[in-house]
Amino acid sequence: MTATDWTPSRAPAQTSEGAQEMTARSEMGPRELLREVGSVLRMSEAEAALLGDLPEDPDEDQTMIINMGPQHPSTHGVLRLMLELQGETVLRCKPIIGYLHTGMEKTGEQLTFMQGGTNVTRMDYLSPMANELVFSMATEKLLGIDGDIPERAVWMRMLLAELNRMSSHLLFMATNGMDLGAVSMMIYGWREREEVLRFFQRVTGLRMNHNFIRPGGLAADLPPGWRDDVLRLLDLIPERLEEYDILMTGQPIWRERLQGVGVITPDEALALGAVGPILRSTGVAWDLRRDMPYLRYDEMDFDVIVGTYGDAYDRYAIRLNEIRESMKIVRQILDRMPEGDFRIQDKKVTPPPRARIDESMEALIHHFKIFTEGFKVPEGEVYMGIESPRGEIGCYIASDGSPTPYRMHMRAPSFANIQCLPHMMRGGLVADAVAVISSVDPVLGDVDR
Amino acid sequence: MSEVSDDTTLAAGDGSDATTDLYGCIAGDSLGQTVLHPTREQYVDVIKTLADEGFTLVIDLCGVDYLQHMRRPLPAGVVPERFEVVVNLLDITHRRRIRVRVQVPDSDPTLPSLFDVHPGSEAYERETYDMFGVVFTDHPDMTRILMPEDWDGHPLRKDYAVGTIPVQFKGANS
Repeated sequence: MTATDWTPSRAPAQTSEGAQEMTARSEMGPRELLREVGSVLRMSEAEAALLGDLPEDPDEDQTMIINMGPQHPSTHGVLRLMLELQGETVLRCKPIIGYLHTGMEKTGEQLTFMQGGTNVTRMDYLSPMANELVFSMATEKLLGIDGDIPERAVWMRMLLAELNRMSSHLLFMATNGMDLGAVSMMIYGWREREEVLRFFQRVTGLRMNHNFIRPGGLAADLPPGWRDDVLRLLDLIPERLEEYDILMTGQPIWRERLQGVGVITPDEALALGAVGPILRSTGVAWDLRRDMPYLRYDEMDFDVIVGTYGDAYDRYAIRLNEIRESMKIVRQILDRMPEGDFRIQDKKVTPPPRARIDESMEALIHHFKIFTEGFKVPEGEVYMGIESPRGEIGCYIASDGSPTPYRMHMRAPSFANIQCLPHMMRGGLVADAVAVISSVDPVLGDVDR
Repeated sequence: MSEVSDDTTLAAGDGSDATTDLYGCIAGDSLGQTVLHPTREQYVDVIKTLADEGFTLVIDLCGVDYLQHMRRPLPAGVVPERFEVVVNLLDITHRRRIRVRVQVPDSDPTLPSLFDVHPGSEAYERETYDMFGVVFTDHPDMTRILMPEDWDGHPLRKDYAVGTIPVQFKGANS
């Protein structure tokens, strides 16, 4: 059997847009029904078919298939959801993605390891530091220099990653509020995120897409006065978080909208490969920072926040409290940030300092070569995973010994998390669908890459 | 359990490409991580065995097209093929990772789907099909995921050209 004579097991397309479309539930076979409802829980097909009749077996003309998105204020970018509705109840949901696909993995094969940072940082645009960090760490592992990164670089990376987690979660607070009608929350969230981005701009020169963490260390040292800036942030954000608590956490409408909505069990979450806040909301305490530590997270004192019910409210509360934990980590980093190099002094990987270029022809040539040709990376393959705000972000690189990755694949957390949507939405209302998407916190740049 | 985890650490120990047998298939080591090389026939069974051993999370599944790099280093006994499907598994109880690499020939790019063992692999398999044309048999919804439905070819194959947009300025490369 070859790729061309293979035909999909499902019925041919009923609509004009090809086989990706969702067909009416009455036309589904047991296998499809199993996929919709039972596969995650390892049910038999008969049981799944029984479960599929929710809430009661609807007549075909009573259900309606509608599109939500791709352009919808609550889909966090260009995500299209096909919903089969009976009245206002969501019977089935199918996420359709790819509207933002820019071929970043293909682009990654054209760029050198040196340039790769500019590419990967654009994937998950709300946590660019995590993308850069995982790409750099995978490259360093291939180069065999992962143990030689200077202490200051390691701690700076940790500082930036944690601040990025804060800014990402603050934006989640904003969009979550917006999706549920709390417009003041949206403005507050953006406002606080802006404070973090302002610090990033001072450090890296850009608000997003920094390309600051690079193989071998970082692009530059922290600017003078950075400590005061971070301290100001740490003073400012806790009281704002208190405001969020007053505005939302205990508020009856907020609780009504989120509690018991989008429930997922630990078994389902594990079967679907969901990690990060989604898995933690079900009570599974899994955080790579604590459980498979990288950088110096093993020396840090912080808590892994877990939920109990696996609903949208738990995911909201987890992210809110993770901002607090991140601030705890940042405080410890401030106390312990060592002096020293901010990048490895390995001529193969690190370009000469700017000042040397004016004095030395050798340095100029070296600088030119490293930025045009890049550096050679030994043959091999590596997978590196770290904890991004949305779960495990992983980077798989296969190198053929040239300065460009032979294959660079990103394990995008949002891509995996999107798979949970059909299971979370089943049986809920359309209005809850908005809350569910929001609680997954997908970044479509990360989903489509 | 202890016997198996001892084996894993042993294989992951020295950082060399020592070839051992783990879970009934050829195993190697890549930068400190155990890599299994099952054949296509062994593939689903190995994943099932690993799931029973605790590797319950499919953290990543992707394809690699080795068209321009067929002579890559592989443990003795593994016949290199054009495509490779790489599965990264995670065991959250014992906090360890393992990688599975399956060779998929160009003449018959099919592989059984992991859907029945790990439903979470569904989107990854669709992505691998979309990007490399590796068909996962018995997958419930083997359609394109990132590219449009009517797209020709599989973009991440090495013989799929990178498109360029003509530059409007005189004398510039286009």
